Amino acid sequence: MSQFDFEIIHRSLSYLFFEGMRFTLTLTLLSALGGVILGTLLAMARMAGGPVLAACAAGYVNLVRPLPLVLVIFWFYFLVPYLGQWLTGASRPIHVGGFASALITFIVFEAAYFSEIMRAGIGSIPRGQAAAATALGLTYRQSMRYVILPQVFRIMLPVLLTQTIVLFQDTSLVYVLSITDFLGAASKIAQRDGRLVEMYSFAALVYFIMSFTASQGVRTLRARVAVPR
Amino acid sequence: MPTRPTTRTRPATTSNGVGYHWNWGIFWEMSPEGTGTYLDMIVQGLRMTLITAALAWVIAFIVGSAIGVLRTLPGRMAPLAASAWIELFRNMPLLVQLFLWYFVFPEILPAAWGIWLKQLPAAAFLTAVIGIGFFMSARVAVQVASGIEALPQGQRAAATALGLTPAQTYRYVLLPMAYRIVLPPLTSELLNTVKNTSVALTIGLAELTARARAVQEFSFQVFEAFTAATLAYLVINLLATMAARWLEARVRVPGYGRA
Repeated sequence: MSQFDFEIIHRSLSYLFFEGMRFTLTLTLLSALGGVILGTLLAMARMAGGPVLAACAAGYVNLVRPLPLVLVIFWFYFLVPYLGQWLTGASRPIHVGGFASALITFIVFEAAYFSEIMRAGIGSIPRGQAAAATALGLTYRQSMRYVILPQVFRIMLPVLLTQTIVLFQDTSLVYVLSITDFLGAASKIAQRDGRLVEMYSFAALVYFIMSFTASQGVRTLRARVAVPR
Repeated sequence: MPTRPTTRTRPATTSNGVGYHWNWGIFWEMSPEGTGTYLDMIVQGLRMTLITAALAWVIAFIVGSAIGVLRTLPGRMAPLAASAWIELFRNMPLLVQLFLWYFVFPEILPAAWGIWLKQLPAAAFLTAVIGIGFFMSARVAVQVASGIEALPQGQRAAATALGLTPAQTYRYVLLPMAYRIVLPPLTSELLNTVKNTSVALTIGLAELTARARAVQEFSFQVFEAFTAATLAYLVINLLATMAARWLEARVRVPGYGRA
């Protein structure tokens, strides 16, 4: 092989990080936030909604989880313009950018996984607490808001963060839509300059360092936030 | 080298732009590839997904079990090496790992080997099997190790007291129970292997999602194509879950484990 060219990495650093990694991190954080919110609602619908609502939530989760993310990305890429047309009453499918399409996909997809985490968390809170909250006169909404969910988020924080690290790695799959995330940026330079070895090795190294550091951080956090029992 | 999958930005509208034209009959029409109908394309993709996932799972299961055992061995070096393996394969996206195997690995080999490797007719298939196999091996290792650690300490001690060697202890005492304990999580790792096969479409593997994409590109019937792929994944999931339930009941040791 030809000489490993460090110069090409050095020259593309600002593009890789300010264009690519910024996109990756924004997508990761917004998807995690949206996914946790939607996932929590799904978990609550499944555990305390009426029979119809619960069945819908369960059906949704059981529909999404067996599907590969790549397929879901394609589904939404083509579906979202039609959904937008339907929602806005426009006369033709609306144009949706790559970022919006990816964000909607990841929120909807990850919500199915986050909802399982939240369901396990809510299930781990002793039933007496909900009963006690009701006895105190709290509505369902209040007891979730002030009694149950704060504990669930604390107990489940390490698991939620670990899932977010998985999500961070999964965002690389927006590559299939030719979006310039971190891997997409690396790939564009790699193909433009014929430097596949350098760019892909560097991308792998960056993903590894970030994921490894984050997962070690989660491990430390796990010990800290453990609820004394 | 496969080209990057291009994304047609043209939405699948009809020329008058009002809405989507459903045509479920598309699956019985001949595809422009000339090798059969569109349905045949989906079936070929399904077959490729299953073969790739099965072979990747064999690697994941064997390597993962070995690493999982290493992680539970006494001493410090073996568990450390096992942890290094697990962290290495768990902290890089699968897509990036596939690119490393496909684009980088042949370049760091001696030139003649690299050229030979790149010219293999089934390069994408082999890359997918090995890449996904190793990626999943880290997950299997974690499960196997946790299964072994879930066993009471006394079992290892009793096996040693009976005069079993460490290899015999694992073969006859620890692993048979550990596999039973982690059968449910291993089932979901198997299903993850099937799902992860779709990532290999980026290196040109003609698996199920890739074939659904191809149907869409040829026929513009995007939602029919994706519905077919979706149903196939749901059926795989259902069958595997049922098979796992049957297996769990079948290998259950009376009076042990989940009552």
